[in-house]
Order: sequence, then structure tokens, then C-alpha cells
Amino acid sequence: MEKNRYLDLVRKHTPKEDRLKNGTIAFLIGGLMGLLAEVLIEIYSYILDIPTKEASTFVIITLIFFGCLFTCLGFFDKWVHFARCGLIIPITGFAHSMQSAALEYKKEGLVTGIGANMFKLAGTVIIFGVVSAYTFGLLRLIIMGG
Amino acid sequence: MNFIYAFLFSGFVCLLGQIILDNTKLTPGHITSIFVVVGALLDVFNIYDKFVLYAGGGALVPITSFGHMLIHGAMLDANNYGIMGLCLGMFNLTSAGIMSAIVFSFFLALIFKPKD
Repeated sequence: MEKNRYLDLVRKHTPKEDRLKNGTIAFLIGGLMGLLAEVLIEIYSYILDIPTKEASTFVIITLIFFGCLFTCLGFFDKWVHFARCGLIIPITGFAHSMQSAALEYKKEGLVTGIGANMFKLAGTVIIFGVVSAYTFGLLRLIIMGG
Repeated sequence: MNFIYAFLFSGFVCLLGQIILDNTKLTPGHITSIFVVVGALLDVFNIYDKFVLYAGGGALVPITSFGHMLIHGAMLDANNYGIMGLCLGMFNLTSAGIMSAIVFSFFLALIFKPKD
């Protein structure tokens, strides 16, 4: 009885997260990131006169560069905290996690700090991506023949 | 029209991630891992290629495209070299992203000081 009352009190005083607002912000910011990428692809392929496929690689490099730079300048953390998944799911979240790990462990030295810890957060993406891609690729090769 | 599809697709993926983040105890690390696996899974039946065709940049920006590009590069070489090609071509298409992320974050970490 006492325990239930305590839990009720805790629930009452925990700050409520507005899920609808969070979702709307994530949708808008994430959508804008996609729109920005599409616009940049058009601009790159028009100015540099290259096919869309190469232009999309250039766009990913550009977005990663600005994600890293803004993290270093200090205000990208606030943006990520505001937009949550709107900036974590796009490729900028990957850049942000690598850059913040590199900055955080910089004081421990080049090799034991930056070198050892840079993939601390971003490593999961690469490892699960490679393992799942290998498994699915092998299945597809065996079952569907490529 | 491509721009609208790009906005809608990218926004929808982010919204999905935000819903998972709000309603479960998973961390952003879990969610990005799940999305990469889903991206790889969708490419098994060439579904993600259609998203890229219609949404363009909107489908390339979310982290799902990372899994898609991994398996896509692997399958391209697997068609030529068989089972060894899976290992040969895994990073062919994603190398630009990983390479630039490593190099930029290394040199920028040397230049800038951490802000708390």
C-alpha cells in the first residue's frame, strides 16, 4: 500500500514529456534534413555537372562535415537535445556521436584517447550494419542466387 | 514533386524513431542500430531502391540508407565473385561516409577544445 502511494507520488512529480510535440518536431526537422539533402543533390549535380549518384555521395560528405563542425562549435548539442530523433536518425547523428566522443576523450591523449574512443558510440551502427548486411547478403545469395 | 517525397520520407523515418524513443526505454544507440538493420533487411527484396528512386536525398540521409548501401555494395561484388565478393564489396559505397567522418572528426578534435 505504502509502496503504491510512493509510486503514485513519483509519477505525479516526474516532468511529463509531451510526446506529440516531440514527434512533430522530429518529423519537421527530419523532413527538412531530407529536403536539404535533395536540394543539395540538385545543386551539386547542376553546378559540378556530375551524375546524381556521385552528387549524393558529395552531399553525405557535406552533411557529415557540417555535423562535425557544428558539434565542435558547441551549439549542435543543443540542437540535438531539441530535435532528438530529427537529428539523430539522419547521418548528422553519426557525425555528432563520433565528434563528441573524440572531443570528450581528447584529454587522454591521441592514441589512448581519440584513437581508442572515437567509435565508442558510432561503432554499434557499423558493427550491426555489417553483421546484418553480411547475414542478409549470404541468405539472399543462397536462396535467391544474387 | 521529388522534394515533397524527400521531406515526407525523411520526416516519417525520424518520427518513427522518436515514437520508439518516447515510448520505450531504448537509448538512441539502440534505435540507430535497429534502423540500420531494418535498412539492410529492406534491401534484401530491393524495396529500399524504390524509396531512393522516389525520395532521392530524403531516403539517403536517414541512417537506414547506411545498411542499404552496405548490403548493396556487397551484393554488387557478390554477383561477380560469389561468396568472397560479400567481403570484398561491403564498404564500397559507404567508404565515403565513414572515411570523411573519421578524418573530419579527428582533425577537428585536434583544433577545437571540448565545451561543457
